Amino acid sequence: MKSGSHLFKQRLSVINLGTSTFAEDLQRQGVTTTQVDWQPPAGGDLVLMEALDNVMNEERVRQANEKALEVILAANPVLIDMDLAKNVIPGMTPQTILHSGPPLQWTDMCGPMKGAVIGALMFEGMATDADEAKELAASGKIRFSPCHNHGAVGPMAGVISASMPVSVVENRGFGNRSFCTVNEGLGKVLRFGSYDREVIDRLKWIAEELFPAMRAILTLSGGIDLKNIIAQALHMGDECHNRNKAGTSLFVRAVAPYLLQSDVPRQVAARVLEFIRDNDHYFLNLSMPACKASLDAANGIPFSSIVTAMARNGVEFGIRISGASENQWFTGPAQMLEGLLFPGFQDANANPDLGDSAITETMGLGGFAMAGSPAIVQFVGGSIDDAVAYTTKMYDVTWKEHPGFSIPTLNFRGNPVGIDVCKVVQTGELPIINSGIAHKEAGIGQIGAGLVHPPMTCFNQALTYLAEQVTKAERGAVLE
Amino acid sequence: METKVLIKKNSYKDSVTLMALSRRMKAMPGVSEAVVSMATAMNKELLEHVGMTSPEVTEAGANDLMIAVQADGSEACTAAIQFAEDMLSHDNKAAGHNRSTVGPKSLSAAMARASDANIAVISVPGVYAAREARAALKGGLNVLMFSDNVSLQDELNLKELAHQSKLFMMGPDCGTAIINNVGLCFANSVRQGNIGVIGASGTGIQEVTVLIDRFGGGISQAIGTGGRDLSETIGGITMFDALDALNEDESTEVIVLVSKPPARSVVDKIIHFVCEMSKPVVVSFVGSRPSEMAVPGLHVAETLEDAARKAVQLTGKAVASVQRDDAQLAEVVNSVRNKLSPKQRYVRGLYCGGTLCHESINIVQAHLGAVYSNISKQPEYRLANPQLSKEHTFIDLGDDAFTVGHPHPMIEPSLRIPRLLQEAADPEVAVILLDVVLGYGANDNPAGILAPAVAEAKRLAASGGRYLHVIGYVCGTDKDKQNKAEQMKKLADVGVWLANSNAEAAMFAAATLAQKENLYEIGQSSL
Repeated sequence: MKSGSHLFKQRLSVINLGTSTFAEDLQRQGVTTTQVDWQPPAGGDLVLMEALDNVMNEERVRQANEKALEVILAANPVLIDMDLAKNVIPGMTPQTILHSGPPLQWTDMCGPMKGAVIGALMFEGMATDADEAKELAASGKIRFSPCHNHGAVGPMAGVISASMPVSVVENRGFGNRSFCTVNEGLGKVLRFGSYDREVIDRLKWIAEELFPAMRAILTLSGGIDLKNIIAQALHMGDECHNRNKAGTSLFVRAVAPYLLQSDVPRQVAARVLEFIRDNDHYFLNLSMPACKASLDAANGIPFSSIVTAMARNGVEFGIRISGASENQWFTGPAQMLEGLLFPGFQDANANPDLGDSAITETMGLGGFAMAGSPAIVQFVGGSIDDAVAYTTKMYDVTWKEHPGFSIPTLNFRGNPVGIDVCKVVQTGELPIINSGIAHKEAGIGQIGAGLVHPPMTCFNQALTYLAEQVTKAERGAVLE
Repeated sequence: METKVLIKKNSYKDSVTLMALSRRMKAMPGVSEAVVSMATAMNKELLEHVGMTSPEVTEAGANDLMIAVQADGSEACTAAIQFAEDMLSHDNKAAGHNRSTVGPKSLSAAMARASDANIAVISVPGVYAAREARAALKGGLNVLMFSDNVSLQDELNLKELAHQSKLFMMGPDCGTAIINNVGLCFANSVRQGNIGVIGASGTGIQEVTVLIDRFGGGISQAIGTGGRDLSETIGGITMFDALDALNEDESTEVIVLVSKPPARSVVDKIIHFVCEMSKPVVVSFVGSRPSEMAVPGLHVAETLEDAARKAVQLTGKAVASVQRDDAQLAEVVNSVRNKLSPKQRYVRGLYCGGTLCHESINIVQAHLGAVYSNISKQPEYRLANPQLSKEHTFIDLGDDAFTVGHPHPMIEPSLRIPRLLQEAADPEVAVILLDVVLGYGANDNPAGILAPAVAEAKRLAASGGRYLHVIGYVCGTDKDKQNKAEQMKKLADVGVWLANSNAEAAMFAAATLAQKENLYEIGQSSL
């Protein structure tokens, strides 16, 4: 057949971009019509649109993204050990303090992060009180660096110092590792910037009792499969970011026998189990490094437009992409969350978006998995239909559906995974993140929860970078 | 006078929705100006021209929605803005109510969801349209592009890509197609049959398909090419692809080509191509003389009606037609002439359909001489100011000069009303010609909107001691959602004289004002 006449033998199925009256009149004729909720791509910016065309139509980019997703989906994160940060985190020194989000210096830090730094310096014994700690932090002797640049992640302030015990997650089959501290629970906790005696004491107890007990468990168990727990928790109403009840319970079930088999004293074992039982968010600090290990393996694939991290430091939001150079961030201002505040707090009390926990969304969990987590919907303010809509939209900006993680309420459709910078810029649809709201003053803690997006500029910058890479490569090819 | 401007961030809506909303707001009590539009550079400039800009407006981007109102008092302003917000949020709720109706945000997302999709209908603003069309073609979709303001180079690239991919690239600026008995954009509900239509003109295709239906024939496929397809640069890529496709299509036995006069080089190519084809082809190049194209084997039609009749005849069917009673016609024309004053010498045509307007100009010009128009091909007859008529004048109200910032008159028939009243007040006007185009895409009740205005126009003339003759033509079928019979009745009830085709309407107008006594002669030479 030399012409387009094959169309005459097909049943029409129309995609309508633009005036919806055309779609209505097609539906009136009983024709399958898909109306695109269209808006000008790249915010109508013609320069970005050109970059978008160059990158999206580039075969190298498509292949790189396929490869990145292959790696991400094959990841096998296993909790293998706990150890002190200085023993396992690459680049960790006694003078190093790691923090959440993209890089920033002491003077620029938000209240909760400053408080957490003070607490960490006191925990390390480098300062006896807050004033001394502040002076030291400002002295230039302390080196601040993002967790993400060291294979680590931390919720909220995300502060990690040298003597803190961290979970070690290994991506089996790939060999890369990730690290995260132990979740301290709610209320007065270091990650919200509290540095009270009670906070420091709890950190010490974690180091002295929980760490050795957990180490004994992990040695006996040979490692706890975190991917497996996440997959199950997703079917039990968790989205593994703001709701971790099921994950925490499954974790207890996995570790309890080994704890009893170990030579950890009964009283200590009881306190450890009690601590985990009382903290619904215990598993957050395991789902986060599980996601981190899975996504880190996909870093460094040239031309890939897949996002490998989204993280906030309370001032800036940063993303990292597979195709960028090591530790390269694309940043923009951190946004305010929209959601519900606990009684007694106002919008003016809220800190902008904070923490590395958006690594879960990067892996298709959290806000991306809201449809399967009805219990979290009310917490962040919204209806079940909203949650289904949030998840559904994320399929439009991601590359694949996860074969191992699925959403029961969407007929077990795989979680949307592999955020593509191009698709975000093209559709204007930003990743959805559900998160806790921190008080902007140090030490007050969580004051609510809600939903937030990254700023579009992160994606625009990443796209522009990729377009430059593609152009360079083409020029190189021409020269050859 | 109070001005209020509200910016809604990241709230893109298509311009048809917004223009309709602006009009409804403007009709609210106390409101003197209302603009709801996306904050593109052009729209921001328009807003500045009406003195409603603000620092927020300057800051806003192409995905931000602007609601601007000027009214006598802040209450009227607030009410209008509230109304706009209600209408827009209602739209959102309607779209987002059901869980499954979260629309895809991009073409690629839509393609992922509708894996059986085979055609994309694109009506997004011109600067973005080519990009979407390219993606659609690359994804294996046929394209019907209603958008205009696409560069000729983009059109050429898209059509070449479509040709290589064996896909149809209909448009840019293509408003009509009927594929597999489905009307796309502006199309009529017509009988399915064995006549294939290819047209570089939307209302041209509508008129031909409607008349084929009335003459007892049916349509296999109707393919729009967009108005520039037969230009020198494009060289008729879509038309030749469509000819190939219809030649291969087993359901098509006769083919009709409709266009405004194409570039000479393209005409020769078409004639050559068509003469090689096994299926008979009827050609109607509105505005060209049939004698110029007299080639053995080519069926050249004088009018769109003639094209439809010839096509039905070629299928071997007897043409079902309302017999024109010339004696009765003469009687009507004579009685109208008797009612006109000597000063009433001119005809004014107010058209929605560009090709219908062209066809009427040609017919009237042949009998009455000079016809002025905003779309005249002859520079000496092109109106300097399209808002003011001169002698015999025919206006295409769908032309850009009238549609910037407004919906097309086929969607918004009320746009024609002020002009209708303006013509009625002119003591030199004897006859007003109106077309009413029905079908998918068009307003649900155009005659209902026009009829009271016609009554008003006739009253206006009567108050000046004149009789105003209004001739109308309804392009449509009884199967159209508006129902042709009902629409005709609404016009007949207010004294509109209704013709059976666009050409016939023009011929009636010419006959009424011609010097010739022998009306039959006019009828013969025109139809």
